[in-house]
Amino acid sequence: MSQNDSQAILSVQRLSIEFGAKRVVDDLSFALYPRQTLCIAGESGSGKSLTSLAIMGLLPKQAHTPSGAIVFENRDLLSLAERERQQLRGKDIGMIFQEPMTSLNPLMTVGQQLAETLRRHEPLSRQAIAKRCREMLEAVRMPQVEKRLTQYPHELSGGMRQRVMIAMAMLCRPKVLIADEPTTALDVTIQAQILELMRELQQQYGTSLLLITHDMGVVAEMADQVVVMNQGRVEEQAPVRQLFATPQAAYTQKLLAAVPVLGSAGIPEDLSQQPALLEVRNLSVRFALRSGWFEAGKNVHAVENLNFDLRAGETLGLVGESGCGKSTTGKALMNMLAYEGSVKLLGQELNGLHGDALQRVRRDVQMVFQDPYAALNPRKTIFELVGEPLLIHDRLPNAPRRERVAQLLHQVGLPADAMARYPHQFSGGQRQRICIARALALNPKLIIADESVSALDVSVQAQVLELLEQLREEQGLSYLFISHDMAVVERICHRVAVMYGGQIVEIGRRDQVLHNPQHAYTKRLLSAVPLPDVERKRDFKSLLQEFRTPSPIKELGFVAPVQQFVQVSEEHAVAT
Amino acid sequence: MSTAVALLRRPTVAVSLLYIVLVVVLAALAPWLSPFDPSEQFIEGLSMEGAPLAPGDIYWLGTDLLGRDLLSRLIYGARTSLFIGLVANGMAVLIGTLVGLTAGFLRGWLGSALMRFTDLMMAFPALLLAIALSAIFQPSVWIVALVIAMVNWVQVARVIYSETIALSARDFVAVERTLGASSLRILFSHLLPHLLPTILVWATLGISTTVLLEATLSYLGVGVQPPTPSWGNIIFESQTYFTSAPWLVFIPGAAIILLSLAFNLVGDALRDELDPTLQGRS
Repeated sequence: MSQNDSQAILSVQRLSIEFGAKRVVDDLSFALYPRQTLCIAGESGSGKSLTSLAIMGLLPKQAHTPSGAIVFENRDLLSLAERERQQLRGKDIGMIFQEPMTSLNPLMTVGQQLAETLRRHEPLSRQAIAKRCREMLEAVRMPQVEKRLTQYPHELSGGMRQRVMIAMAMLCRPKVLIADEPTTALDVTIQAQILELMRELQQQYGTSLLLITHDMGVVAEMADQVVVMNQGRVEEQAPVRQLFATPQAAYTQKLLAAVPVLGSAGIPEDLSQQPALLEVRNLSVRFALRSGWFEAGKNVHAVENLNFDLRAGETLGLVGESGCGKSTTGKALMNMLAYEGSVKLLGQELNGLHGDALQRVRRDVQMVFQDPYAALNPRKTIFELVGEPLLIHDRLPNAPRRERVAQLLHQVGLPADAMARYPHQFSGGQRQRICIARALALNPKLIIADESVSALDVSVQAQVLELLEQLREEQGLSYLFISHDMAVVERICHRVAVMYGGQIVEIGRRDQVLHNPQHAYTKRLLSAVPLPDVERKRDFKSLLQEFRTPSPIKELGFVAPVQQFVQVSEEHAVAT
Repeated sequence: MSTAVALLRRPTVAVSLLYIVLVVVLAALAPWLSPFDPSEQFIEGLSMEGAPLAPGDIYWLGTDLLGRDLLSRLIYGARTSLFIGLVANGMAVLIGTLVGLTAGFLRGWLGSALMRFTDLMMAFPALLLAIALSAIFQPSVWIVALVIAMVNWVQVARVIYSETIALSARDFVAVERTLGASSLRILFSHLLPHLLPTILVWATLGISTTVLLEATLSYLGVGVQPPTPSWGNIIFESQTYFTSAPWLVFIPGAAIILLSLAFNLVGDALRDELDPTLQGRS
């Protein structure tokens, strides 16, 4: 470590940020050294993003900084005039935001946006600017640079947009790059690419990186120094090895214990003798693509020929990256969209059901969504929300309904007085518990959990996973657990099915699929998961090449070739 | 009940309600409260040169061009204007909400048909439509209200339509479907409460435009027939004498503005009181 023999390039000294009387960042200090990476880790509400905005001078108007200093090259940024800060922004301090789509101007080409940034800070000729832009895009390993320069943001994939964002931030060779959750909105393989890219650029340009993240895996992969924040305060500050090996603060210990670690789960309980609850055969979902009046139509093949069984009492994980068709599968099973093929619940065919017959099936199959706040009508009380299925299906009168709702709330670990309150009065984890209580109201046999814990902080996530597990055992539930997070899937599922391009490419027991992957895509996916283990830093270089995903848009009448499966072991099958 | 109490505790709401009640009482008790007959032309109500009198001792708010008492005309005019404002605008909001909600929720061919019809109505010049309708039917206050509703519902339908589409895409609506809720239940129990703020804004803001549209129609001779006074036609009768007799325009104008402001403030407060998310965490 060269920390002692060089001077900090950016140091935050006893910084506090307040919104009115509410202190959201309290007495925060840290120092970033040249060529180093400092990670600020924390859960939502920890004040980590506000800190980055304070450094950039982009705090919202209502916020003020009653004390502290942010020193960059011997100047206190907080005392600079707005004009001087503008000159620093982009030139000496670059920033990357979480959402690459909303951070790029949709009406300007990539080339125009890059050139604009450069022109603002450096008096260069037209040719020199064009040259620098091209070089920068090459540095971020953008394929087909000339073509990209003339494209608009919507023509690029999410990963490529984030590369453009990085190129834009790095264009003036800033001394400090601030990245606020730069990979949170991205798929895991794209995340690995972006992380690798940031490592390379740091080497090449000698930039100091301030990385803000909630993901301890990303911290372990990237950080030299770590600041752990919680509710505006620093819980712990340590070099990365020390932090992971011997965490000092109780909060850090709790946080690290809650992080699911891929590869840690053993062989699950054997359920292979259980009868099948759900049998899915040749399930396909197509969406017609609207085109002009005189053009031939096209179809989006979202799900193609899916076959799997879900056994009673089992949790089956459906994993894959965005666009692989996993959520569409969940919706088809809920009869929320039209599909082809057969889905049988306890031997009863679900395809084509409507009216009363569908209503009866709805009792047995319930769904828990990703965003609990969006899934709860904000104008209804918890009693109305959780009691609604009882009202719809059983016309249960007020008094017994109240009793049942209290019982359900108790089951999911919420106090009975929650009934009179509204969704916005609860935290994210509590809201998801409310959604689970509602799904349980009719004693279903199967719950489809679509990314149900993805929006939650890790410590809350662990609690909700525990609750799901406990409910499964108590009530004999089965889950179809749809997720993009391998580590979470490994923790809760008995079996795992990996989806790619609308098809299952590998299915088997969790230890078989996740510890001994056979399909190229499963391998690629697993190699991209960052591990919260400093001793096992991953090399993402091989992932930098774009993996071609076949387009799901097909001409009318297209028939997908039938998949051939090889049986690796008794329960483990892989597509060839 | 608690909502009503909370509402009255806001000073602006209390004052607004007071004004609305005052107008309603004046309108209801017009024959007893107005000092003169609103249609009677007084010789002494005009000056020697034949000009209307400014506000004074006998005619508190002055007289109009024909020597009629302005205060009496205002009080009687409140009857027409209040009726038109509430009934015509109420009908417009009701029709607009139903059309927008149905089209936005059902989509499909019915939704498209409804919205294309709405677009057609929107593209049609509103005044021409109003004149045509008034020409077909015998003018009466009810017909005028109906005509205004026919012209005004389109904007409401457009706004409600797009809001319904946005709301239908939210997760909690998807959840309701998975729970097996019927369309009617989703519409009335889950979508309508979210549309209430918009509906309230239209219901209150629309009153002033309605009163003014009635005035326009009266001016063109297809609205409320003279000598029946309405706030709108008082302004239009006198607008050319604006410089010599400004009170004839200002006083009824102020009455209209205050009325729509009062409704608007009450509507705003009502919207806030009815939204549980604005009451903070506890």
